[in-house]
Amino acid sequence: MIKLFQKWCDQRHDYAREWKTRTGGKIFGTFCTYVPEEILYAADILPVRVLGSHEPPDVAEPHILGMYCSFCRDVLAQGLKNRLEYLDGITIGQSCLHLRQAYTSWDMHRPTAFSYYLPMPHNIQSERSYAFLESELEDFKAAVEEFIGKQITNEDLDRGIKIVNTNRRLLKQIFELRRQDNPPITGLETMYLVLSSQLVDKRDHNKALEELLEALPQRELDRETGHRLMILGSENDDTAFITMAEGLPIEAMFVIDDHCTGTRYFWNECVPRENRLAAIAARYIERPPCPTKDWPVRKRISHILEIADKWNVDGVVIIQQKYCDPYELDIPAIKQALEEVGLPALFLEYDVAVPEGQFRIRVETFLEMLENEDLF
Amino acid sequence: MESLKCWGKAKEIRDNYYKNYRDAHKKGGIRWAGGAWSFDAIPYGLGDDVYSLTSEPYGAAIAHNKEFAVECMNAAEKAGYARDLCAYMRIYWGSVLLDKYPYGGGYPKPDFIWQDHICCSHAKWYQVVSDLEGGIPMHCIDVGVGPYNKINDNKIRYVIDQMHDGIEWLEKITGREYDDEKLIEAVKNDCRSTSLWAEICELNKAKPAPLDEKTMYSLHVLATLSKASKEIADFYEDLLEEVKDRVARGIAAVGNEQIRLMSDTQPPWAFLKVFRYLEQYGAVSIGSLYTFALEGIWEVKEDGTWGPRKTPMALGVEISTRDQALRVLADWNLSKPEWQHFYHPKYKTEMMARIAREWSVDGILLHYNRGCGGLSLGITENRLGLLEAGFPVMAFEGNMGDEREFDEAGIMARMDAFMENLGAKKIG
Repeated sequence: MIKLFQKWCDQRHDYAREWKTRTGGKIFGTFCTYVPEEILYAADILPVRVLGSHEPPDVAEPHILGMYCSFCRDVLAQGLKNRLEYLDGITIGQSCLHLRQAYTSWDMHRPTAFSYYLPMPHNIQSERSYAFLESELEDFKAAVEEFIGKQITNEDLDRGIKIVNTNRRLLKQIFELRRQDNPPITGLETMYLVLSSQLVDKRDHNKALEELLEALPQRELDRETGHRLMILGSENDDTAFITMAEGLPIEAMFVIDDHCTGTRYFWNECVPRENRLAAIAARYIERPPCPTKDWPVRKRISHILEIADKWNVDGVVIIQQKYCDPYELDIPAIKQALEEVGLPALFLEYDVAVPEGQFRIRVETFLEMLENEDLF
Repeated sequence: MESLKCWGKAKEIRDNYYKNYRDAHKKGGIRWAGGAWSFDAIPYGLGDDVYSLTSEPYGAAIAHNKEFAVECMNAAEKAGYARDLCAYMRIYWGSVLLDKYPYGGGYPKPDFIWQDHICCSHAKWYQVVSDLEGGIPMHCIDVGVGPYNKINDNKIRYVIDQMHDGIEWLEKITGREYDDEKLIEAVKNDCRSTSLWAEICELNKAKPAPLDEKTMYSLHVLATLSKASKEIADFYEDLLEEVKDRVARGIAAVGNEQIRLMSDTQPPWAFLKVFRYLEQYGAVSIGSLYTFALEGIWEVKEDGTWGPRKTPMALGVEISTRDQALRVLADWNLSKPEWQHFYHPKYKTEMMARIAREWSVDGILLHYNRGCGGLSLGITENRLGLLEAGFPVMAFEGNMGDEREFDEAGIMARMDAFMENLGAKKIG
């Protein structure tokens, strides 16, 4: 029952091409989860998140200096290699410096008919960010309207909000099942669910999620849950790592995460209001934040501790893209907070290609340490 | 060759700045910390005894002292902060962790943090300082509203509203009544000093160039300390007159000027001797977008060339209310050239090509500065763009604050090769 989601991830470009042929619609590549997908669905545009391919960096090297994260160079490489030739537009919601370079270089070297830099506010803890983002969304909506040649009505926005909210609700319901002593779905499988939700038409995805949700309560995994792990950190779509960590002799399963490729993407819904754009703005301002926007108060930490507690986690893997400054800036504070509540944490720094052998040893050692804690 | 008469005054202002901050509490004054791009005009409304410590020039000052800089960075890394983070930031945190202030005594803890945010590290920098110091009240203004060529009232309003909130916050945390007259004066000084600095840099279009970039670093730094200070705006008035006089008399910064270079981003502070080395080829670095416009405010003039942005005062704009002053301050700073590339490298490439043309540059040295994610943003695209525009470019990797990332012998050899490519020969 997970195979479809995995197929969508593995064959994302085939899906997009087929979708385009089937619907005749437009597709936009999105570079960050701060892009307001509701507006794109309202415009009958399919938002597809541009992710990397985990191949060694090559073509992006002349365009992005090596001190920026490997993810942004991997993302740009997809454009330079023209693997998403089906894109009609690209857009980014302002977040980190790194990823915006993938967007701007793509804009220069693989231009699309539509390109939009949305200045998503950083100061989301200020009340002032609401009015600002609402106005920016008006401009974004106007640009999309100009591109598609028609107005986006309130009914359209309601439709867009409903599609995206349904997806968020279904994913959250599935994630709630992971709070059980024996979750009916693994960390790897849930990674496929969330990743595919960023890649395919959410109407297709919602149908598949509904079917899955119906089947999951009866599902029993042919494995023990083992240690209940949380994973958090930079963008992470590395299924190879999750597969390895969940397949070790000392059993362990990821039961929750704090990733933009995980819970942060869908955790909160857009709460309807008369002013639709104000509602959408509030949703993106109030979502669990990316570290770039988590100041002056460190709200991520209380959120991480809360979900760790609710999902009954007994160990945390902090995984960080090499050179990812925003996460590097949070990690000492997160480690300290976890230590204070007695949650052991393993820190791993990764690149485009995960050093599986080294990571296997380190994760195994971490799990052995958790076993010892159980003993004593 | 002739030394600058203003040189001593520049050093005196800088020394007093750091000492006044350190000693502020002894005189019943207030200390605040924030970035070189923070809206320093605003805390001036709290009174005349309010002193700042801006982070980037503080990091640069320590970086010039290789041994202490490494000691600071080691301390930050030992505390768990990644080695590839901003070098100024690691140096600054190290100074806090080691409780060492290079101007005497321990790190002088600020009473509040007054920061701005455009780079990923800005607000986070001080979030960590607050962590390390057990909590410091912090207000940070988000200025990431998009490039100035797309400015609109909503974007400016967002910045102004955060400033208004900041003033209320300042009154609350200091218990002082805010003085709008002092704010208005400080805003005028901000416009005056940053426009004057641009005018001074514009004079470097002259051949021979009256200033070389190594010298300019010691002059532009004053605007990074406190661009809204009357003393610094007045200093730039004097400096402008002196540089004009140098141009009139044909006084060269590099006596045997043969080659005109420009650089980019902060230099590797521990290796400023690179500039002196290049002088053996008769090469002068006339400046860079960094020295011109980290603080300088520019505009395109009627004849299409780049020059200092006319201040609101020169345009006859009366500033009489707080909101008006904040609007001027927001609009003025949002036009800062060094803020534009945060949205697209094309803006920076255009400005760099303009400088290369208007300042008659023969070659460009691009410092791939691993110490600063903000100013190195898009730099490889700038290289491609400048090459396409027909300018010889030499890129070299280094780090403004971390000397461990500068391959001195290798880079000097490449400098030689670049000079030879430009047709220069060592003189003497």
